[in-house]
Amino acid sequence: MKSTMAVNQPGAQKVNDWTDILGDFKGVESDLIPILLRVQEGLGYISEEAVRCISLFLKLSENQIYGVASFYPKFRFSEPGAQKIKVCMGTACHVKGGHFLSDAVAWELGISIGQASADKRFDFQRATCLGCCTLAPVVQIDDRIHARVLVTQIKEILKKRE
Amino acid sequence: MSDFEKRVVQARRKWNLIQESKIPVIYVGTATCGIAAGALDVVKSVRQTLKETGIKARLVQVGCIGPCYLEPLMDIVVPGRPRISYGPVNSRSARTIIERYLIEGNPASDLAVGHFSTNGNAPDSIPRFFDIPMLKPQVRVVLRNCGFIDPDDIDHYLANDGYRGLTKALGMTPEEVIAVVKEAGLRGRGGAGFPTFKKWEICRGAPGTTKYMICNSSEGDPGAFMNRALIESDPHCVLEGLLIAAYAIGADHGYIYINSDYLLAIARLKSAVKQMRQYGLLGQHILDSGFSFDVTIKEGAGAFVCGEETALIGSIEGRRGMPKARPPFPAIAGLFGKPTIINNVETLGTLPNIMRHGASWYRQFGIQGNYGTKTFSLVGKVRRGGLIEVPLGIKLREIIFDIGGGTWRKFKAVQTGGPSGGCLSEEFLDIQVAYESMTAAGSIMGSGGMIVMDEDTCAVDLALYFLNFTQKESCGKCSPCRVGTWQMVKILENIVKGQADSADIARLQTLAEAVQRVSLCGLGQTAPNPVLTTLRYFRGEYLQHVNEKYCAATICKELVEYFIEPGKCNGCQQCIRVCPTEAISGAKTEPHTIDLSRCIKCKACFEVCRFDPLAANAIVMRSERRAS
Repeated sequence: MKSTMAVNQPGAQKVNDWTDILGDFKGVESDLIPILLRVQEGLGYISEEAVRCISLFLKLSENQIYGVASFYPKFRFSEPGAQKIKVCMGTACHVKGGHFLSDAVAWELGISIGQASADKRFDFQRATCLGCCTLAPVVQIDDRIHARVLVTQIKEILKKRE
Repeated sequence: MSDFEKRVVQARRKWNLIQESKIPVIYVGTATCGIAAGALDVVKSVRQTLKETGIKARLVQVGCIGPCYLEPLMDIVVPGRPRISYGPVNSRSARTIIERYLIEGNPASDLAVGHFSTNGNAPDSIPRFFDIPMLKPQVRVVLRNCGFIDPDDIDHYLANDGYRGLTKALGMTPEEVIAVVKEAGLRGRGGAGFPTFKKWEICRGAPGTTKYMICNSSEGDPGAFMNRALIESDPHCVLEGLLIAAYAIGADHGYIYINSDYLLAIARLKSAVKQMRQYGLLGQHILDSGFSFDVTIKEGAGAFVCGEETALIGSIEGRRGMPKARPPFPAIAGLFGKPTIINNVETLGTLPNIMRHGASWYRQFGIQGNYGTKTFSLVGKVRRGGLIEVPLGIKLREIIFDIGGGTWRKFKAVQTGGPSGGCLSEEFLDIQVAYESMTAAGSIMGSGGMIVMDEDTCAVDLALYFLNFTQKESCGKCSPCRVGTWQMVKILENIVKGQADSADIARLQTLAEAVQRVSLCGLGQTAPNPVLTTLRYFRGEYLQHVNEKYCAATICKELVEYFIEPGKCNGCQQCIRVCPTEAISGAKTEPHTIDLSRCIKCKACFEVCRFDPLAANAIVMRSERRAS
C-alpha cells in the first residue's frame, strides 16, 4: 500500500495531497472508517482539512463524518504530543493499582487523560487494555511497554525520556 | 496428486527439517505478552550470543504457549534430545543458558521449566512441561499449535494437519457440515453460548445468493486477550474456521473485524491471507472445488459496543456502531441487508478441529450440553496468570487454585465475563464452568476474561470501575443505558467517597434492575451485572462504605489515610524524597510524620517504604470505621 510522504510523518502540519490516501479506496460509505484510520495513522489526528477532503471524496456531509468519527474513541481531533504515554486501564491493571499510575502521570506532566502537554512533547492517553494483563500494571510509552510499574518509577521513566 | 497435496508434502519436509535439525533450534515466544515482558531483548541476546560464541543454531520465533507468568519463554532443542523450555529469561540468563547447554552440554535444569519429551529421554531433574501444575489440568484443542509453530509460516500450519478440516468439509455438502457442528454441540464462544449450527441453519436457509461471513475479533473487554493471542500465535486456524463456516452458510465473502490496536495480530493476519492466496486457499474454486471465497480485514476503531452483532455490522458499513432492534436477525438481514453470520474468533478456531476429528471426538471434552473447551485469560491477583484452555464443566476452584496457583493474600472473588459479567465470591468456587451454571450464579461465561481478586480489592470500587467503563462505552441510543448507567456511576461515586446513605443502595439496586430489563442491546442489559452481583455477594462492603465510611481493602481514596507507624519508622527519609507535595517531614533517623492536609494519596511513599532496602515498611494505608 502506498501513502504520501507527508502523511507518514507523525505530527506533520500540512497535508497537501490527499489523493494518495484516498486513491486506495473506492469511495463508498464503508470506506469511511478505514480512511479515518489511515489519516490518523499518518497525521496523528483528524484535522478539519482531512474532514473536508473526505467529505468531497465520499459525498458525505462533514457533519456525518464528525458524527461517525466522534463515536469511536480511537479518533482524536487535536494534534497529539510527540511521545505517547498510554496508561493501561484494563481490569487487571486496575486491580493492581493502575489508576495510581495515571494520577502520577497527570501530576508529573500537569495534564489530564486525553491531553497533550503544552510544549507538545508528551501525549497522555488511557488504553482500554494493552493485552499484557499478567504484567499489570503497565504503561506504554511510544511502542515500549513498561511492566509492573510502581508509582515511584513514573517520574524516572518520564525523566529518561526528556 | 493435487497441487494442495504437493504443498502439504513440501510443508512437511520443511517442518521436519526443523524437527530433525542437525543443529540446535532455539524457540522464543514473541506474541504481544512475550514482547512486553522483554522477548525481543531475548531474541537480540540469542543472536548476539550465537554470533560471539560461533555456535550454529537456528532461531524460530513462535507465538504464545500460555503461561504468561513465565514470559519471556525460550525453548532449546539439541539434536536427539527433547525440547526444553526456560522461563522467565532475560537477555543475561538467555546467554547463560545457551552457554551452559550448547557449549558445556549441561541442560541448566535449575533454570528450566519443563521438557516436551514423549519417550522419556529427558533429564530426570526437569518435569514434563505439560505436567507442571499450571498446564496439567488444561486441554489444548484451539491452542494446540500456539507456541509450537511459526505463525508467519503457512507451511508450519500445513505440516500440522492445517486445512485438513477444510478439505474434509469441502468433501461434504454444506448441510452435512452443519450437521457435524450440530452433533458436536458447539456453542458460540463469544459469550452468549448460542448453538453455532442454529445460526448457520437460519442463514443457509435465508433467501438470496449474497451472504456474508464475519469473524468477530473486536475483543473490547478490558482484561481479555484470548482472541488476540490466538490470532497472533495461530492465525491460520481462525482463517480455516472462517472458510469452513462460509462454506456451510453459502457465503462468498468474509470480513475479519479486528480491534485496530492489535497491531501484531493484524500484521499476522495480513501475512496469513497473502500466503493463503498463493496457496489457492482464497479466491475462485478453492482447492478445485466449487467453493469461492475471499476475505477483507476490517479494523475497528475501539468501541466496546461493536462486539454486539448489529453494532459491528454498522461499523463495517461505515456508520456509528449503534445496535439495532432485532428482529430481523443478522442471519436474515445483516451486512448491507444480506444474510450474515458473525462468529467469534475462538468459535472459528475450534471448527477445523471438529471437522478433522469429528463430532464425537469433540464431545469427549466438557459435560452434557456444554461440550468442548474454552480459553480464558486468567489474570489479576493470581500467582500463575496466563492464557489457558480448559474443558467446560471444570470447577472455578480448579482454574484458580490448581492452574492459577491461588492468590497471595486471601481469595475474595473472581470476576468473569468482563464488564458484562459478574463477581463471584468464595462460595461459588465449586460451581462448574458452564453457560447455564455461570448465569445462574449471576455472572456469565463471557468471552473468557477471568480476573481474580484478593482481600486487597474493594468490591464497590470494582463495580464502579466496570460501570465507568460501560457508561463511557454506551452508544447513547437508548436512554435506560445512556442515562441509567450515568446515574448509577454518580451513586457509586458517592458511595466510595463516603457521601452516600443507605437509601442510595436501594436506589442503586432499583436502577440497576431497571437498566437490565429495558435496555436495547446486550451492553445495557448486562452493564448492571457487576453492580448487582457485588450488591448480592458483598453487600456488607457497601454498607461499611455507607454507614461507617470504611473501606476494608483501603482502596477507596477518600476513605483512606496514610499513616507512619512511629515505632517502625527508622527515619530513612526515602519517603520525603519521593513525596510530590512535601507532605512528609522528619529528621534523619527520627520517626517521620505526614501532614494529611497536604497528602494527595499518590501512594509513592507507601511503595518506597515497602520496596526500598533502606526503608522499614512503616507507612500504612488505613481506613477508620466511623459511626454515622
